[in-house]
Amino acid sequence: MRQRFSESASQRVSDSTPRRFADSLIRLPSAVRSLHSAFFLLPSLLFLLLFFFLPLARILSLSLDASVLTSANFQTASHVLRFTLYQAALSTLLTFLLGLPSAFLFARFDFRGKPLLRALTAVPFMLPTVVVAAGFNALLGPRGWLTLLLSSLRNTQHATADALPFVGTLTAILLAHVFYNTSIVIRIVGAALTHLDPRLEQAARTLGADSFRVWTRLTLPLLRGPLLASGLLVFLFDFSSFGVILLLGGPQFSTLETEIYIQAMRLLNLPMAALLSIIQLLCTLAVSILYERVVARTLVPTTPKPSTARPPKSLRERAFVFGLSFLLFTFFVLPLISIPLRSLARTEADRGQRDEVQYGLTFDYYSELFVNRRHSVFYVPPAEAARNSLTYAIATVLLSLALGFPAAAALKRQTVFSKFIDPFLILPLGASAVTLGLGYLITFNQPLIIGHWSLITSPLIVPLAHTVIALPFVIRVLQPALASIPERLRHAAASLGASPLRVWQTVDWPIVSRALLAASTFAFTVSLGEFGAASLLARPDLPTLPLAIARFLSQPGGLNYGQAMAMSTILMLVTLLGILLIEKIRLSGSEEF
Amino acid sequence: MKKFLLLTAFCILLSACAPQATATQSPIEMEVLAPPTAQTVTPLTSGEPLPLTVMTHSSFAISEGALAAFEQANNVKVTFLNGGDVGEALNKAILSKDAPLADVFYGVDNTFLSRALEAGIFEAYASPALANVPAEFRLDPENRATPVDYGDVCINYDRAFFAKNELPVPTTLGDLIRPEYNGMLVVENPATSSPGLAFLLATVAHFGEPGYLDFWRSLRANGLVVVNDWETAYYTNFSASSGRGPQTMVVSYATSPAAEVIYSEVVIEQSPSASILGPQTCFRQIEFVGILAGTRQRAAAERFVDFMLSLTFQEDLPLQMFVLPVDPFAILPDSFYQFNEYPTDPAILAPDVIAANRDRWIQEWTDAVLR
Repeated sequence: MRQRFSESASQRVSDSTPRRFADSLIRLPSAVRSLHSAFFLLPSLLFLLLFFFLPLARILSLSLDASVLTSANFQTASHVLRFTLYQAALSTLLTFLLGLPSAFLFARFDFRGKPLLRALTAVPFMLPTVVVAAGFNALLGPRGWLTLLLSSLRNTQHATADALPFVGTLTAILLAHVFYNTSIVIRIVGAALTHLDPRLEQAARTLGADSFRVWTRLTLPLLRGPLLASGLLVFLFDFSSFGVILLLGGPQFSTLETEIYIQAMRLLNLPMAALLSIIQLLCTLAVSILYERVVARTLVPTTPKPSTARPPKSLRERAFVFGLSFLLFTFFVLPLISIPLRSLARTEADRGQRDEVQYGLTFDYYSELFVNRRHSVFYVPPAEAARNSLTYAIATVLLSLALGFPAAAALKRQTVFSKFIDPFLILPLGASAVTLGLGYLITFNQPLIIGHWSLITSPLIVPLAHTVIALPFVIRVLQPALASIPERLRHAAASLGASPLRVWQTVDWPIVSRALLAASTFAFTVSLGEFGAASLLARPDLPTLPLAIARFLSQPGGLNYGQAMAMSTILMLVTLLGILLIEKIRLSGSEEF
Repeated sequence: MKKFLLLTAFCILLSACAPQATATQSPIEMEVLAPPTAQTVTPLTSGEPLPLTVMTHSSFAISEGALAAFEQANNVKVTFLNGGDVGEALNKAILSKDAPLADVFYGVDNTFLSRALEAGIFEAYASPALANVPAEFRLDPENRATPVDYGDVCINYDRAFFAKNELPVPTTLGDLIRPEYNGMLVVENPATSSPGLAFLLATVAHFGEPGYLDFWRSLRANGLVVVNDWETAYYTNFSASSGRGPQTMVVSYATSPAAEVIYSEVVIEQSPSASILGPQTCFRQIEFVGILAGTRQRAAAERFVDFMLSLTFQEDLPLQMFVLPVDPFAILPDSFYQFNEYPTDPAILAPDVIAANRDRWIQEWTDAVLR
């Protein structure tokens, strides 16, 4: 309602001649603006051209041949595509069901443990699927705690007999997607909600609107931009999801991404993999263009406000805060906590006695991480794996911000050029990691510059690949925030005599800093948890934490399993500390406002 | 600041966990690796070491001692490249064959061998060390691919469960469809997993076509559980692993029972699992090494192939990768005898037969078992 009002109001204003004249003085002609935005987009575009489009084009043109264009193949593809779309849509819907109230909770209320809970919701985002699967299994699996609890409540002896089917069901896929991606909604929508002036809602309420009406007629329309942006990201993530489908969904389910993997890496049928990759890319492009159409010019200027969060007052508010934070805590902590617990628990040796599991406390798995028992060349102490992961992650954050910030700034105003280019910037999210990895291989294997040095064998390749994945995120998070900064505030500040730096400091920075933080958190976690590209590209002597975990899990034995759990716990702690640290910087950075 | 302190505390905690080098003796350390015997070869150069790049799959491992022995004896510096899993690594080698990433490629097995040979990624090299290798492993008469090790994919079972319930352990594949084993077996999807594919090949070798499909349909009716990867099958579904899952039999490797003992949390007398070793119940995977066509380090590459067949490497293999050496004179670690038994009559299929039918078998299996 308000939006429509403000639009027509601004139309009315700009219809008046003096204002139009002033506008033309301030605003550059559109051709110049296009050029201007192209200039800032250039680094990102060049980067994606070199590290995304070129390798992709090379592998696709090398693999694809006409023999694959049969109706049987298209039938298979459309069958897989339908399920891929179906599960992605359903997962996105469910993610919003939990994510929206949570975003509201974090944006509007202060309560004890809020920073920790907020950070916790972001932890799943970077956990390798193998670990999450282990976590869910420890909870909901045939011998999971919840299963055991239920069966003891029902007084049955054999837990196995009436276990809830979880792994291998659609529920498992959906639940895991919600678990992974709620953080996206919380961060993007939450950031916007924080800037939304609560006085608007108060006014609407005073005018007699109930809270449902306030939400549907006022808040949600105002949040349309960030809602769509996070919706796009969540959908694309679910659309190209790999590990969750493979490990929690099981062999009954196949999506484009898993099918590409099977065709390319197991059947060595590169033409079919290329066909599926192209279908996946086209779908991603279609979704991005659709998004572009819908989101166009719906951004609402926001007033920079430090924070509108306050402690809950009324009983209803308290019930909401308590209830939801309890729910979130349960949902995020229960599957996660089973991993550190398992890393400290020794199961007694008589494994055949399946009804009497005995646990003992042990630190052996952690101390074992520091011992190279096999004297293996590829042994990596945990601190070194953590250092590799952190180095890659920090490089990814810096690189993706350096490229993404100018791009987002260029895209904040719609031009013909930016409208055309925008969907292509999202495309890396919908590209199969397998296809891209193979593309890297054939593109960057030629020795470059000096003698034997080639990019594919250098440690640089990992943060470069991670930046390709993180960049769409960074741009998608920064762009709505930058676009929401009201131009008139800048003019007002300038006309009051503020220097350009001062204007930027007081007007832009409060909004920008928050978005930058959200963007860095994403880039950081994307890199920290990324497995597919790293497993194809990382050097065996410089493995990341997820690769080290996978190495332990690839051999039998209690010690290997325990060490995998211990290493996963370290990964969780590193991430948690990283996120808390980033949020700490934010709080100290925005105190002046 | 508090967070920094926390981080520091966390780091200190981590390093405090690090034990003294010999604080605890684990089974694997009792099997002290024999000091590598000096090789009687002349170094390839006397100046700067020659650089040699070896591409492997991600399960490859080698001990520091064995590698150092090779590097010193030949004056070569080895760099390893991670190729991902077996299929990924092979794809890498095939796609980059015009400008090879490495000089040597290790890790193609008999289920993918024909594909590698067809693609022409290897240069022939008849290593003198091949003389010790039994003919059954030498699948490429042109010596483009040299056998290094083998492993048998077998069904592991939970010893305690079968003993406690006084249930006889199945001895043939055919036994598995009997009602008393309902819901007890977990296998990996042959479309996504190497051991899964190997086990499918064992059933093809044993039952023939189309009998193997009838067997799989009966297995399905008998509560067969299928998952996509070995990690899930073993650690989530198998009852004798640390995951303590619901299935008492899993498709894994013949050496897994020994690994359970070597990597046990506590010293145990007996493995919690054992393999079903009846005739034609296991499938033999043989892994090969080859010199990549177009290498500029042919001499060093030949030396590396020789090294992989030397006793130093052949005896280093078992504890590093839990596979068995092709050299019958290589001595296995004690635990490989003490806690483990091996199949005497594993199923075998010729690489060209596998290459010609693999995709069709996987498709037919998918239709019969998953749809």
